[in-house]
Order: sequence, then structure tokens, then C-alpha cells
Amino acid sequence: MTRIITLRVNGKSYENEVSPRLLLVHYLRDVLGLTGTHIACDTSQCGACTVMFNGESVKSCTMLAVQADGGEVKTVEGLATNGKLHPLQQGFWEKHGLQCGFCTPGMLMSSLNLLQRNPDPTPDEIRHALEGNLCRCTGYQNIVAAVQWAAQEMKAKPAAGVAE
Amino acid sequence: MNAFEYVRPDDVAGAVTMVSRDPHASYLAGGTTLLDLVLKDGVVELGRVVDITRLPLRGISRGDDTLRVGALTTMEELAADPTVTERLPFVREALLLGASPQLRNMATVGGNILQRTRCRYFRDPTVAACNKRAPGSGCAAVTGVARMHAILGARAACIALHASDLCVPLVALDAVVHIQGVGGKRSVPLTEFYVLPGDRPDIENVLQHGELITEVEVPLLPVNARSGYLKVRDRASYEFALTSAAAALLIEDGTIARARLALGGVGTIPRRAREAEELLNGAPAVNQTFRAAAEVALRDPFTVSGTAFKVELAKRTIVRILQTVSGVQS
Repeated sequence: MTRIITLRVNGKSYENEVSPRLLLVHYLRDVLGLTGTHIACDTSQCGACTVMFNGESVKSCTMLAVQADGGEVKTVEGLATNGKLHPLQQGFWEKHGLQCGFCTPGMLMSSLNLLQRNPDPTPDEIRHALEGNLCRCTGYQNIVAAVQWAAQEMKAKPAAGVAE
Repeated sequence: MNAFEYVRPDDVAGAVTMVSRDPHASYLAGGTTLLDLVLKDGVVELGRVVDITRLPLRGISRGDDTLRVGALTTMEELAADPTVTERLPFVREALLLGASPQLRNMATVGGNILQRTRCRYFRDPTVAACNKRAPGSGCAAVTGVARMHAILGARAACIALHASDLCVPLVALDAVVHIQGVGGKRSVPLTEFYVLPGDRPDIENVLQHGELITEVEVPLLPVNARSGYLKVRDRASYEFALTSAAAALLIEDGTIARARLALGGVGTIPRRAREAEELLNGAPAVNQTFRAAAEVALRDPFTVSGTAFKVELAKRTIVRILQTVSGVQS
């Protein structure tokens, strides 16, 4: 009943034999050891498990690993390049967009999805884009500021951008 | 939690044959309803999951006066379509007021139509009484805590709500569902697609096991029509509707030439408000007309103590959206 899947995660190719019922988030964490993607509610509510699949944000607790076969996944581990933080990560640092940090990987990936589609979002658009990501510490204010900071940074230095 | 087989057929006909022949098989598209029910809630048991996400049923094409939407088109893709923005603005509003970006990137239009109820008693297998899960077992919601439940089309056997936002403007527009089965293709208006609970709340629509929604055909609004979707909920974002209304009006010299109206958050199925439309058609676009339409639309509700407030809330939701769309001040 197992199935062999081949996919790229953060630019690297993997081939594994998995059970059909294995969720993508468990594949990333338990099979690949990429524990940056978090599990919180496990019921498609909180957004902590958000990753990019074929260029769009998805909840990896609501997708089977076998469905990702042949696809391209980006997790929070794939954001920084050559040891340099992504502008979004830098923004969360500069604007103190986290307290406990548990929701942060999901917040970053949802923010990436937003900035790919809308490089210059208003605070209201940022809040709307992050409505599927729950944070119990910050009250969201600093998260919105962090995403704005990243958008400015990426406009000023397009090379730091989201497209890779 | 059961183990299941996973298959990914290459073509639509193969997928339809596969599911039709196997009573324990189910299609998997966006997964945002099904995976929760199977893997998290333990409410649905499957022997075989037939992944249809790579079948060529994704994409939008525009005809002269309709939009043909492939069943696997995601909610985000439909919301981003320029024709939807231009000619079906209330469809776009409804889409963007539902779920969250990650879910809308996954969830498909066909899956949205077929989504299962969010009734907490249905989704909790430790609750014995649920006629939708186990026909004849009763309804825990009728005597239990209810809020996100239906008041129209509901009865003592089942008050489970159809929680879709998208389907509310779609039933208002007379969208048509295209279906493929082993015996061939057929099409059904969305207003005739859903089945009221009756004595068998487990039967939710006219699909036979194995039949697959391939496309949804959405008539465009006239260029000079105006439309809107109002969703009332317990918090400002990321929540299902307590009540909602989709309205499209064609107004000529202060008179409503043509009205389309449908309700969400209140029905066991997405509710077209035809009697209210009849009252609106030809009537002056004024508040008295709107209130009269609201009264007609909410006639004979079935309420329990937790849902009684929805009757007046739904009426006010209708009045407000008609005011907004027509530009009439309250």
C-alpha cells in the first residue's frame, strides 16, 4: 500500500516510500527532519503548518504527502539564502514580529504568498492575507509592521526578493 | 483511523469508473473537507482515495454570457479572474470572505459545492445521535447547543447548515453543474442539485455514487446590474456565516427591473429566495419593498433556542444588502 514519491523541497530532490495516509507536514518533519514547519491545531485552523507548494501557500496538515509527488515545496528552512535572512525574516526580527515564535514559520510563508501577489500591501490587506494564521502572543500589530518592513526592503532591494 | 489505498487516474473516464465500481472509494480534490473528515475527525472511512487533482478539469473560459469554470479551479483562481471581478463582483466578494488564503489555494469550486456541514455533532463520532452520519439515530443538535445551524429547510431530524459562501451567489445566478458518470454526462441547475434533509439527511444532493462534477457554468450578470454579498459572523474574519445574503439588482428609474437574491448561513442548502425576488421584481427600490422581501424570504423558519435570533438577523441582512446594492439609504 506504500507509494514512492519524488519531490523537491527547498531546491533539493528527495525520493521516499510513504504510506498514503501520511500528511505532508509529517513527511517534512519526520521523514526529512525539517522541523521548522510546525504542527499546532492539526485541523486546518491555525496555519502554523503553512508551506509553499508549487508556488502557493497551503496547509501541510491538510495535504497528503502522496499528493505532493512531483511537486515543489518550500518551507521556512528554504527562505534564507547563503546564511542571509530573507527580508521577511529580517522584518520579523527588526519589528519584533514574534514572541514565542511558534506561529512564525507559518506567518512567514503566508506573508511570502501575499508579497508574491501583492508587493505593496496595505496594513488591511496584510491582515486579510494572514487571517488563516493564528498568533496568541503578539496581537498581530508587530507582525503587520514586519511584513510592511519586508515589502519596503524588497522594493528597495529587488535582489532580496521573493521570486526564487 | 483507517488505512486507505491512494490512486491517481490519468483521465476523467478512468476516475469515474474507478469510484463508481467501488462503494468505499471517494474522489479527493482540494482535501480541505475530506481529509479532516477521514484523518482528523474519524467520521468518514474510506477504502480508496482517488486523487483527481491532476485531471484536466482546472481553468476558466468565458463565453458570450457565461463563465465556464472547471471543477478543479481553486477558490483563489476564481476570485482572481478578471471576468469575475467585472461581471460577477458578488461571487468574488463571497469567495474572499470565505476560509483563508492557504485554504482557498487548495479548495476547489467543485469541492466547495460538495462541502460537508460544519455541524459539530456531525463531526464528532462520539456523539451517537446524528441522522446525517447514522440515519435513524436522531439529531443531537436539535436538543443540544446550536448556533451555526440552519433555520430554513431544517426540521427536527436535522438542522445541519450548508456553510458555503460561494454557493450563495451561484444559486442566485442560476449556475448549472455539469456532471459525468459511467452512463454519460448530464447537467443540473445548482438550485435543483441539493436535496432538503427530509427523512434522510444523509442524502445531500442528486449525485449518484461515482458521478463527478466536471464544470460549473455561471451566467454573467448584465453589464448594468449591480451586486453584493453581505456576510454576518461572530468575528470579523476567518469564520463561517451566521447569516449572509447575495443580491443582484437591475434598477431602472428607481424601479427594480430584475432581482436575484439568495441566502447563506440559514439553510440546510444554499437558499434561493424566489418569492422575495417575485416581490422585488417591478417594485420601487425603497426600504418598504426590501423589508417586505425579507419577511417573505424568512417565512416559516424552524428554530431552536440557539438559532431563534437568526430569523430577525437574516431579515436585516437582506434589507442591508438590498440597500447597499441599490444605493438606497436606510
